Amino acid sequence: MSRASSLRNFPGTRLGAGLFFVYLYIPICILIWLSFNANRSATIWTGFTLDWYGVVLSNKDILRAAANSLIVAVVASVAATLMAIPAAIGMANRKFRGQSAISAVIALPLLVPEIVTAVATLLFFVLVGIPNGLLTVILAHTVFCIPFAYLPIRARLEGMDPRLAEAAADLYATPWASFRRITLPLLWPGILSGLMLAFIISLDDFVITFFVAGAGATTLPVYIYGMIRIGVTPEVNAISAFMLLISILFVSISYLIGRSRN
Amino acid sequence: MAGLMKPSVLRTGGMILPAVLFIGVFFLIPLALMGYVSVQERGEFGSVAWGTFTLEAYERFFFERDFLDDSLVLNADYAQIFVRTFLLSIGTTVLCLVIAFPTALYMAMQPPATRNWLIFLVTIPFWTNLLVRNYAWILLLRNGGLIDGWFGALGLSSGPLNLLYTDFSLAVGLTYSFLPFMVLPIYASLEKLDFRLVEAAYDLGADKWRALRHVIVPFAMPGIAAGCVLVFIPCLGSYVTPELLGGGKRLMIGSLIQNQFGSSRNWPFGSALSFALLALVLVTMMLYLLRYRSAPQVAK
Repeated sequence: MSRASSLRNFPGTRLGAGLFFVYLYIPICILIWLSFNANRSATIWTGFTLDWYGVVLSNKDILRAAANSLIVAVVASVAATLMAIPAAIGMANRKFRGQSAISAVIALPLLVPEIVTAVATLLFFVLVGIPNGLLTVILAHTVFCIPFAYLPIRARLEGMDPRLAEAAADLYATPWASFRRITLPLLWPGILSGLMLAFIISLDDFVITFFVAGAGATTLPVYIYGMIRIGVTPEVNAISAFMLLISILFVSISYLIGRSRN
Repeated sequence: MAGLMKPSVLRTGGMILPAVLFIGVFFLIPLALMGYVSVQERGEFGSVAWGTFTLEAYERFFFERDFLDDSLVLNADYAQIFVRTFLLSIGTTVLCLVIAFPTALYMAMQPPATRNWLIFLVTIPFWTNLLVRNYAWILLLRNGGLIDGWFGALGLSSGPLNLLYTDFSLAVGLTYSFLPFMVLPIYASLEKLDFRLVEAAYDLGADKWRALRHVIVPFAMPGIAAGCVLVFIPCLGSYVTPELLGGGKRLMIGSLIQNQFGSSRNWPFGSALSFALLALVLVTMMLYLLRYRSAPQVAK
């Protein structure tokens, strides 16, 4: 071992980090492990089975909730990204008075506690008279998806060379052509990661949805919450593990895409 | 030259407008409405008596009205829930810091390839469902659950340990939920540390402990502060963890607010509680920005 590496080794940090990762992953691993458990009691292991996944996937209510979740996540994340792209470009294009106030407004949904947002949104829909349903869920989700879509695009623009667009203009490209041929391709990784981030955050959201979803607009997390309140069952294990696995798969793919680009 | 490239004010405004307008209508107006509802009288069937004005909802933080003579009687039950939430959030923040700092330091001292893997491992839980991650702890902590089973098998306990629905399970769940928010900012600031500074400290006769205390920790301070804010704020407003792991009796502000819109049906009081929570969060954020950023640059 070289001198440099022993100097970089702080006693106890290795053990600390080890314990940290055990703490972080034990619950996740155990949940996935128990979702394959044949025993009805949910926490006593008796044998391997895929039955609970079958039970879950043939439950019409769960499938409906999953479909609702997908509809909301797709519409909200796409709508948020479509608003975030011009906003990020506009903010990067020029400096103006009140710019930091606008930055703050766009980031504010990240800062305000979800429960507060949920209450405020509920009151608003009641007062305006929009009945709780898929529409209210989509509107509420779009709000908190905007900053998640905006921030990666903004970060990407920060690292972009403005001379590229200037060169395009020198070559008589119209603003639109320069946007389509220069800015958009360079911005694409930022747009994609913003879109994916917004999508997964929407898919996972529980608190805000719980307040503004009516009986007909139950999403998967709201449905799972209802199941957990009733009790620990193998079905809950299976559907929960299923959600975990989808998220992990999703983030792994996005990580690999990001790495291959570099 | 550069002046020619700048799009017109009108176009820039038009590009930013949709996002800001959307947030304005569906987020800022609702927040203002919530503030308005908090000073309204409670309606007859639990809704709101629009157009009235009263501070009754805020009085309820500390007082309750006597049924007989309508006088105000001191009642600290609700204030206690605020204090309890505040203390639990501070405790969670400290716990997260104690666990996260050695981890972040260890990560920052690894070769780049290993670092990337470790960051990936830390971020995965952020992407996974909070509800599901908290549910996993029910499997571990409940009576007859896995930890009960392990302790029993090792002969360390006889009978159920009653771990779930206690302050212990609540602290475990809150720490678990928000830990990545502490590790990542500390790591981000340590990563930028020029290790030659530490070597210089060694050359000047410092041992590892002194190098840590006088070089590394001060250098990591912005990351530590950011991590503390990122854990403390969501902790104050947490709802899922107290509901699942704290049980009904271990109330935090989030559950209290939900009650006002659910079974208690007192919307003005619920709005007032939300407003107080929001104020607490904004004050925390202000203090952080005053100390660590000269200007509010949230979008970075």
